[in-house]
Amino acid sequence: MTPAYVVRRIGFYILICIVTLFFAVPMLWIASAPFDSSPGLGVHWPDWTLENFRKTLAHPYAMHSMVNSLLICITTAVAVTAFAALASYALSRVRIPGRDALLYGLLLLSSVVTGTAAMVPIFVMMFQLGLIDSRFGVALVMTGGLLPAAIFILKDFIDAVPKSYEESARVFGASTLQILRDVVVPVARPGLATILVWAFVNSWGNFLVPFLLIRSIDKQPGAVLLQTFTDEGGSANLSVIPVFSLLFSIPVVVLYLLVNSRYGFRFHGGIKS
Amino acid sequence: MTTASQPVPAPPARVRGPAQDVAGLGVTRALGFLAPALLLIGAFLVFPAIWTIYIGITNYRLTGVEAVSPSIVGLSNYTKALNDALFHNALWLTVLFVLGSAIIGQNILGFMLAWTMRRARPAVRRTVEGLVLLAWILPSTVVAYLWIAFFDRDTGTLNSILGAQGTAWLIDYPMVCLVFFNTWRGTAFSMMLYSSALQAVPPSQLESARMVGASGWQTLRDVVFPHIRGHVLTNTLLISLWTANDFSPFLLTKGGPNHESETVPVYIYNVALQGGELGYSSAISFLLLIANLLVALLYLRLLRRRS
Amino acid sequence: MRRISRLSRLAVLGSAAVVLLTGCLGSSDSGSAGQDSNRNADAKKVELTIGSNSVKGGKNSSGATFTQDVLIPAFVADQKTKGVDVTVKFEGDGSDDEVYKQKLALSLSNKAGPDLINIDGIWVGEFAQAGYIKPLTDTVGDAAKVDDWDGWKQIPDSVQQLGSFEGKRYGVPGGTDGRVLYFNKKLFQQAGLPADWQPKSWDEITSAAQALKKLPGVTPVQINAGTAMGEATTMQGVLPLLVGTGATINTDGKWLGNSSQIRQVLDFYKGIYSTGLGDPVLQREAKGRDKSFAEFAANKIGILLEGDYFWRSVVQPKEGVAKMADRDAAVGYALIPASKPGGGIKGQDFVSMSGGGATAINPNTKFPQQAWELLQFMNSADMVKKSLNGAAKITQRTDVNAEVLAGDPMLNFVATKVLPLTQYRPGLAEYPKISAALQQATADVVGGKSTDAAAKGYETAVEAAAGSKDKVTSN
Repeated sequence: MTPAYVVRRIGFYILICIVTLFFAVPMLWIASAPFDSSPGLGVHWPDWTLENFRKTLAHPYAMHSMVNSLLICITTAVAVTAFAALASYALSRVRIPGRDALLYGLLLLSSVVTGTAAMVPIFVMMFQLGLIDSRFGVALVMTGGLLPAAIFILKDFIDAVPKSYEESARVFGASTLQILRDVVVPVARPGLATILVWAFVNSWGNFLVPFLLIRSIDKQPGAVLLQTFTDEGGSANLSVIPVFSLLFSIPVVVLYLLVNSRYGFRFHGGIKS
Repeated sequence: MTTASQPVPAPPARVRGPAQDVAGLGVTRALGFLAPALLLIGAFLVFPAIWTIYIGITNYRLTGVEAVSPSIVGLSNYTKALNDALFHNALWLTVLFVLGSAIIGQNILGFMLAWTMRRARPAVRRTVEGLVLLAWILPSTVVAYLWIAFFDRDTGTLNSILGAQGTAWLIDYPMVCLVFFNTWRGTAFSMMLYSSALQAVPPSQLESARMVGASGWQTLRDVVFPHIRGHVLTNTLLISLWTANDFSPFLLTKGGPNHESETVPVYIYNVALQGGELGYSSAISFLLLIANLLVALLYLRLLRRRS
Repeated sequence: MRRISRLSRLAVLGSAAVVLLTGCLGSSDSGSAGQDSNRNADAKKVELTIGSNSVKGGKNSSGATFTQDVLIPAFVADQKTKGVDVTVKFEGDGSDDEVYKQKLALSLSNKAGPDLINIDGIWVGEFAQAGYIKPLTDTVGDAAKVDDWDGWKQIPDSVQQLGSFEGKRYGVPGGTDGRVLYFNKKLFQQAGLPADWQPKSWDEITSAAQALKKLPGVTPVQINAGTAMGEATTMQGVLPLLVGTGATINTDGKWLGNSSQIRQVLDFYKGIYSTGLGDPVLQREAKGRDKSFAEFAANKIGILLEGDYFWRSVVQPKEGVAKMADRDAAVGYALIPASKPGGGIKGQDFVSMSGGGATAINPNTKFPQQAWELLQFMNSADMVKKSLNGAAKITQRTDVNAEVLAGDPMLNFVATKVLPLTQYRPGLAEYPKISAALQQATADVVGGKSTDAAAKGYETAVEAAAGSKDKVTSN
């Protein structure tokens, strides 16, 4: 226990405290405002009440929008994970010239298409396909936007699955699908789980796509509803927003905790430096 | 998809050993596996993207005379962008935003967390990592409210802490606020990536560095960094691209006051929706894509020089 | 494996080809021209949709509640007696006006969207130019049927501008408002000014302000200026003054550039803000307008140009955001004078500006006749009265106003004295940019620039916004 060591330990803990505070303090609002009788933009010890919850539950569309969010985001997350898994396996195991450049180009395109400038093409296309005012249509557009990045991440996981596993399975006469189901998927499972959470989280917060493509307010997801919580004059309705924000955050947190405890949450299979 | 919690690919375009079709997939089945993803990407990504590029050479608007008969104006949207002071302003702010919040903020804080948490007690480690991750997975609309409440002029948390009533942070220092906000929002990714990268550093080398009495900084520079150089590049590139395309600044400041925090994605939004100039906004989107591409190529060069 | 890359290349080429084929934006507009306006006129089963930027529990909640719970059931019942089975749906949005506008425009450009669309009056022109809405007589087919509606007689001609473009009616206006000069009678008394003050020219405003200037701690006049207040500067400042010089911001499709009238308005601003008659700092604050309300309520501002909203919701004694318990006794109001008697637009002595929304019929509706019936029903005296739900507000209908505003002399004053001489903003796509240029010009003079320099800067901005010099008048 040299003095230098003690100083370093103290420094270390001070640093940890500062970092923890930096990350925790902005979140205090969502922990206090929902329970406060006069919620404002700021944090103070709440004057406890459940009145805001009553108001939020009584809102004509708030709770139903959560169901819409779940429908849209589960569809998106499952579709992204399934299609990205298939594609990344094929890309990982079958060599295609120009493959990386192609994927990279798609990844760059995805940033353009999900921006506002592409709203006309996306709207017109969905209109022609008859998918306006359809939650399924929203999920499709989101899936298309998330797939390139998902394939990227997953391909790295699958590249890390040792080929010898598959070879020996094949020696023992397993069919291709059996190999996939019993060898590749179990090994890549943390990657699949991570992609599922990632796709879910990304679609959960998306505002512009559902807003443009859905007409009926009772089909809009929570991210859109959150923007409509204003009073008559147009300023933010602070008795509903904090509670809704809190409830709206629960599904992503639960999903993350679930995945993290079962599979671990990480972002690459075994990046080789 | 403008949340900060963007994905996560590994370094692309790295030529690995020839892939082997060990599971006996066969070309036909490989194509079958690719088909659904390619179909969706083609329909919902490539097609609208090309269309957007086309709109970029017209004077299309959603209302008014140009909605009925838009005309092809060639490259004039692009020449307009080159002379547009607001676009220059947006580019400059985006560079500041990326430099401050991604390249410096998230990168350094993420690495520092990964480095210090290696040896921290499990309870401490779980708490800190949990908080950092929570900041990353919360929906962006919710996060916006958190930070508006944090910075609020009259009752905001920051002013309560500092006892500085009445400082309108988001109006007086909008870019500083955004840099802090985005560092908070996105550090989780860098932290996780560096955590796994540090596991690849052989403990024996760290041990011998300690034996010869190397300082912490020397250890980092001479032992750790050579092992994780690729990760640093990958991470920096990815978070830079995501930050440059991030739309969440809009949720905090709407680009204001007086364009002082109007980064390129926010500018595109304001041009397209407030101004209705879809042709021009498409052209700027395309310019942003080109800028992304240049950054990516620079990164690929650096990565190649490494090996 | 090469097949794959060739395939992807094919896919890219293919989609490019499709773009070229179908990507002709804003397909040539022949839409409803070929349609029979009497289509489905005798249908026994009818479906209509009303679109509006309002939502229960959110933006304009009372409007959405009225439409869903009162208007629609009443119309359905009414049609049932005629043997028609109508279903009316409500499509409410409740978001930012600009976002709602683009979303609506996307639907309309694809010949879809609600059958009745509620839009801001300043969008009427750009929607009409884009062919998204048509003159009511075209959509309904029978000019007499539209023109003979008795409701028009109740809507003052000036208010009808709200739903009109280039002299044709595109929609029926909803409620409206009007701008006046408010003044603090207590301060006026101290300054020896009359309680029934009614200036007849800008000079009389200035001389009253000079009298008020002698009172300590009082800002004599607040006329919104600068960019921080946004559209409030244009609506409660530049435009009411501009119509007082006899000009409008857009005449026959041409925007007013650097002209004697613009310079006259800027000179007036300069006169107020460079001689201590107004507070130039307030114009730069982010919440300057709210602050001006608070100062007026605290007897610190003598004269204020605002809309009737100020009376109804700001200094309202019980629920206002800047309550004045003695509002009825302390707050006076006067018509906004032209620069000199007879110098206003159309030779008027007094002028004002108004805003509001209008409801139009989607030209691509399946049921144009029934949509017109619903539109008339919606704007009948009975429904307009019910939509107020007991509140006193200026509606589009004179008969309703006479009844509901009887107890409120101020709103009655606006409805009877201001609305007949009011003007509306031009509903053209370039308007927001012109408005921003006007705000910038006032910011420049208030900040100390000369009128000429500010007017030149304004001219440049207007030419850029209008697209060419030919679309700008200067003199």
